[in-house]
Amino acid sequence: MAKQLMKGCEAIAEAAIQAGCRFFFGYPITPQNDIPEYMSARMPKVGGCFLQAESEVAAINMVYGAAGAGARVMTSSSSPGISLKQEGISYIAGAELPCVIVNMMRGGPGLGSIQASQGDYFQSTKGGGHGDYHLVVYAPASVQEAIDLMQTAFDVADKYRMPVLILADGIIGQMMEPVEIKQGNASEPVKKDWATVGWSEKDFTRPRAVVNSLYIEVEELEELTGRLQARYAKIAEEETRVELYNTEDAEFMLCAYGTVARICKTAIAQLKKQGIKAGLVRPITLWPFPYKAVHDAIAAPSVKKALCVEMSAGQMVEDVRLAINGEKEIELLGHSGSRVPTAEEIAQRIIQMRGA
Amino acid sequence: MAIVFKKTSVLTDTIMHYCPGCGHGIVHRLVAEALEELNLQDKAVGVAPVGCAVFAYRYFNVDMQEAAHGRAPAVATGIKRVLGPESCVFTYQGDGDLASIGAAEIVHAAHRGEKITVIFINNAIYGMTGGQMAPTTLVGQRTTTSPYGRDMEHCGSPIRMSEMLATIDGSAFIERVALNSTANIQRAKKAIRKAFETQMAGKGFSMVEVLSTCPTNWGKSAVESMDWLESSMIPYYPLGVKKEV
Repeated sequence: MAKQLMKGCEAIAEAAIQAGCRFFFGYPITPQNDIPEYMSARMPKVGGCFLQAESEVAAINMVYGAAGAGARVMTSSSSPGISLKQEGISYIAGAELPCVIVNMMRGGPGLGSIQASQGDYFQSTKGGGHGDYHLVVYAPASVQEAIDLMQTAFDVADKYRMPVLILADGIIGQMMEPVEIKQGNASEPVKKDWATVGWSEKDFTRPRAVVNSLYIEVEELEELTGRLQARYAKIAEEETRVELYNTEDAEFMLCAYGTVARICKTAIAQLKKQGIKAGLVRPITLWPFPYKAVHDAIAAPSVKKALCVEMSAGQMVEDVRLAINGEKEIELLGHSGSRVPTAEEIAQRIIQMRGA
Repeated sequence: MAIVFKKTSVLTDTIMHYCPGCGHGIVHRLVAEALEELNLQDKAVGVAPVGCAVFAYRYFNVDMQEAAHGRAPAVATGIKRVLGPESCVFTYQGDGDLASIGAAEIVHAAHRGEKITVIFINNAIYGMTGGQMAPTTLVGQRTTTSPYGRDMEHCGSPIRMSEMLATIDGSAFIERVALNSTANIQRAKKAIRKAFETQMAGKGFSMVEVLSTCPTNWGKSAVESMDWLESSMIPYYPLGVKKEV
């Protein structure tokens, strides 16, 4: 299929439909309204269901119910709305239900701004809601990558029976780019014999289904969390994704994700013109974080200094420092308040680091 | 020997954890019998709340989901939208769950005319957490968070959910019943059947509010509790059909 010019939010919504998602529950919040708007027009055409909930809290609990009944289901929101969904996300993780959540990050804390931000890294990767759980977190850096990751997100959610987060920002959501959405690419439906679809003792093919996150006995809860942790270890081994860009012989290593990573690539091109070799290590999964790849890229003998660039006051930098564990100093170029770093600013910082 | 009575197969054999004199056991049986009589066991998906009935998924012998506090109507919405009109989706919620933390979810489930059935247990108190004041606690009633009796000036008067939800267009059947006498228990059973029939006919949102007892947290015997239900609760919460389309 030929490429078409599409807005990020709409492309993500269409990609979800092509991935077999037929249920969407959401609530309006800028800058992701184009997703529910698109879904409201498209879902009835494909025999699916779009429902505007009374709140983000209700929307995520509708996702819980639908996922528990065996459906491919998603919701989307932006930072303050994602905060409201955290209770439900924790329950979904505890009940081992698959679903996809999209966060088009905006500035915070509080109402913050409606412009792009990367201030929800901690919330997304370090828990968000209460309890011992993780989400798989994908951070697309382009509209095309966001599209491709939608299919992956639904498949990974089903494979591991857990919620998966697409962590993008307002720029990815609002930007138009030429993209290709693979048509009818939905994977084979996974058998969900744990789903609540109606049961009677006459039906001996499966036990009675109970979707639940309550384990009142200590041993039972530890069995659940143990099962989750074993699953997370497997995911870290099999699903970690990272992009290495110009890392060979680089003297300066940048580390960034999402929109900021693209700006870093422009800075790398500018530096190249001045004869400065800079590379980029870009985590695509923020959880599991690609500790080894980030370590190896920065610890390489050619690398003199490393810089982490973020649209936050410095959140991912903590994982980058954990990855390098004191072997090298990691500097930070962080803007919070929704200000987007420019390529010139990043290049200038590398030049300063070179002179220092 | 001829079998003259048999426990409904829609309840499991698990021993219930409810206190002596609590109404939950009665209502569980009424709901289960109604599902059996209407031949709905294999179409039913129940949603358990947070509160004393949190373990309802152990007792109802149907597919069940356990919801977060107050969110059962939203969870039920997700289930019903996926399984469609053939399914019979019900929530089982207490007064703290439904009338306090879940007020938005219940109002909007009714407002959408969500084709689900809500069994609402009103015993005028938070049971599971140890007897705190509920939105349905009567004026003057002592609880662990209204130790001098509920003061209307300070925290308002008890909320009548059935009357409020009956004003909403999407509500198709709403009735308030009580467990204080055999006759009223029979009426409760009839109302629960009617609510399920309303859902299966696709008419809209249905709810049965059951006035129930909590001897443990009311600090009364089982018999005193039934008397108090009749003398204090029913006058404030009048029984009867509030909405029927």
